[in-house]
Amino acid sequence: MTTNVSVNAPVVVPAAHIRVRSFRSDLSAHGEPFNWALGGALAFGIVLIVGFLLLVFWNGISTFYPKPIEVIRTVDGTSVAGSVRRDEVFRLPTAQLADLPPAQQARIRADDGYVKRRLVQIGNYDLYNEDFRWVSEYQIESVSTPPGLYFIERVEWGPFVGRIKQVSLDGRVVAGEALTPQVLDRAHGEARDRWWRLRDLERGDIGTINHHLDEERLALRRLELRFGQGDPRIAEAARPIQERIGKLQAEYKVVADQVTAVRQADIRNTITLTDVNGREKELPLSGVTRFVAANDLGLFGKLGVYFGRWWEFLADEPREANTEGGVMPAIFGTFVMTLLMVIIVAPFGVITALYLREYAKQGRIVSIVRISVNNLAGVPSIVYGVFGLGFFAYLLGGGIDGLFYPERLPNPTFGTGGILWASLTLALLTVPVVIVATEEALAAVPRSMREGSLACGASKWQTIRNIVLPRAMPGIMTGLILAMARGAGEVAPLMLVGVVKLAPELPIDGFFPFIHLERSFMHLGFHIYDVGFQSRNSEAGKPMVFVTTMLLIGLIFVMNIGAIMIRSRLKRRFAGSQF
Amino acid sequence: MAVAEAEVIAAPPVFAATDYHVATSKDGVALDVKDFNLWYGASQALHGVSMPIQKGVVTALIGPSGCGKSTLLRCMNRMNDLIDNLRIQGTMTLDGRDIYAPNIDVIGLRKRMGMVFQKPNPFPMSIAENVVYPLKVDGVTDKALLAETVERSLRGAALWNEVKDRLKESALGLSGGQQQRLCIARAIAGDPEVLLMDEPCSALDPIATAKIEELIDQLRGQYTIVIVTHNMQQASRVSVNTAFMYLGRLIEYGETKRIFTNPVAKRTQDYITGRFG
Repeated sequence: MTTNVSVNAPVVVPAAHIRVRSFRSDLSAHGEPFNWALGGALAFGIVLIVGFLLLVFWNGISTFYPKPIEVIRTVDGTSVAGSVRRDEVFRLPTAQLADLPPAQQARIRADDGYVKRRLVQIGNYDLYNEDFRWVSEYQIESVSTPPGLYFIERVEWGPFVGRIKQVSLDGRVVAGEALTPQVLDRAHGEARDRWWRLRDLERGDIGTINHHLDEERLALRRLELRFGQGDPRIAEAARPIQERIGKLQAEYKVVADQVTAVRQADIRNTITLTDVNGREKELPLSGVTRFVAANDLGLFGKLGVYFGRWWEFLADEPREANTEGGVMPAIFGTFVMTLLMVIIVAPFGVITALYLREYAKQGRIVSIVRISVNNLAGVPSIVYGVFGLGFFAYLLGGGIDGLFYPERLPNPTFGTGGILWASLTLALLTVPVVIVATEEALAAVPRSMREGSLACGASKWQTIRNIVLPRAMPGIMTGLILAMARGAGEVAPLMLVGVVKLAPELPIDGFFPFIHLERSFMHLGFHIYDVGFQSRNSEAGKPMVFVTTMLLIGLIFVMNIGAIMIRSRLKRRFAGSQF
Repeated sequence: MAVAEAEVIAAPPVFAATDYHVATSKDGVALDVKDFNLWYGASQALHGVSMPIQKGVVTALIGPSGCGKSTLLRCMNRMNDLIDNLRIQGTMTLDGRDIYAPNIDVIGLRKRMGMVFQKPNPFPMSIAENVVYPLKVDGVTDKALLAETVERSLRGAALWNEVKDRLKESALGLSGGQQQRLCIARAIAGDPEVLLMDEPCSALDPIATAKIEELIDQLRGQYTIVIVTHNMQQASRVSVNTAFMYLGRLIEYGETKRIFTNPVAKRTQDYITGRFG
């Protein structure tokens, strides 16, 4: 400003012009290598995920499709029948190799000592004490798939592979060759009806009577607790209770007679099976859940079996240490627990975030709280399980028992793992996710909206309730979706706070108060662990692991889709609000 | 040069002799700002601003960006309370009562003052719900009263004919100009005494701007209107009094006609003739 440049002053030109910039752009400036790297990373991730899903889904979907039964004659004259699970190559130990005839030895040595073998699901655990058998190639004489063989699924002892020798129906014996499918189906249907009737009587009628008896017994115990043991007033007060107990016991007798009648009818209907080596096994007809004439079925027959097995899997209870039957209680338990967790975590997380973001004075303390909340997300989940067991189950639950259920002690009611404590533990585990997401969502609500509301004379709380929260709802929902996915897939803490291997009683039933949050429950995630690693025969459980994994992924997927649909409905209300 | 500038700015605001009614008349004053200072943290944004705002007329605040006109406006309904580290000094009274008295009911104060913002900020609700929001926060549930308020306010904001058939539709579907008129309707629905407008046309196209200006013209007399604007033509068109602010100081305050034709301070003249700003 101070220097006045005269128009006539000579313009100073630098002696040599040095070019600072190059006009070419090199590869890194184009960015292609980074594109490739980023795209490659994404592709790698997608390949991993898709591969994992394909593995799970292929194994899960094919599990229930009936496989043919192969009869393998071995060189030592015995037969092995069953469906082939898989083939593999292994190196024969030299000691075994030395026992073989020289011709075979030479062939195996030519293959560098490697031998092929196949795993056959032979069933018949009660006869052979094994479900699966490895058959090496050099032992095989011939392989065939003859008709008339059945893969018979049973209530006990796992499947039976063999033929039907005869069926005994109320003393009338029908030989296997003379047995038409119609006769077998009808007799089997009737037997299964009796089996279900027995179960209904035992679970339903007797269960109800037992439940009421239990209540009366607890009423007696309450009287004792109120008056003190041996007090003469007890006898007076207990008279109506004793009367009711007498009535219930009479009812029990009636039902027990019915049960006996059905049982007697049941044991008059038996089936005798033979396996390929001629060993026989007789069992009640009602003990068979499904006949699969594996080598005789057409495509539609096989599809019928396939979907029948799926239905059993989805709607039934587990049998045989969870390796057979269905997973209905586990599906139900997972669903109820996740829902309960979301119901608990939503208000908890949202209120915390509201306070942190809207009310608390932003400063050092709030920063520390925020960092601590974020760090909570990194605590190992098993630690939450230990905390849940100690704080919720033992401390809170024990306190509730002492206050409200003293008559049941020393048996715990709430003082042990249960679905409520599991949901609370998982809510604690996932609350950081909800808090962080909600805080982000609240921060993203435009200032102009809040100011508009405040300028209308709304109080802070009215502004939050009417403007800020509705506007932040999609973001809050995102947090809940993340929390739900995390919670539904979590297993480790649940093992401590209420998940069990087998819980035939669902947390919801017909007895007041209908929702029993203190009950332990089954969970698909734990089911996977249990079937895969804790069962008698891991080979038998393997297909179930895949199917259950598929189901768990599917369940989480369905719940997420539901939440995403709710979120997009909320979002639509704010469409067009951006300029 | 820097010294000269400081001298000009430090001089007390100029009131011409013809502006006596602005400067002196007590009974016609709605909002009275006296020696008002404001700091954001350590930096001072308002320096000793004193201006009586006349009841029932339109007062325009003009000045270059960052001169403190929006800050002053937002002090009038205590919108600046939301900002941390804010400190004020001096008095501001509405009908003789101190806005910054410790026992004042801020919500009640805001109910007496409608505010229109720079960007239209309709709520994500229906058009009708937007208009009656001030009544809703008061807990009014009388359907007839609400319906009547919707019509009266929308007519007042010259929007009724355009939206009367779609009152239940989302307000976010309206055009920018319509949204801003909806915000004006919302501001007058609560029947305030003062209407504060913070650059209400800056996000709008010329046609929408013309409509808003026409509306301000219709509203004059019913409300005391304080409007912040960047647009000097707008100030000259709609306002009765104009205050020129520069770097946190009130430079000149008087009748709009006089300010734009015969400014006393040199800075004012430079600004309105477009020499800076």
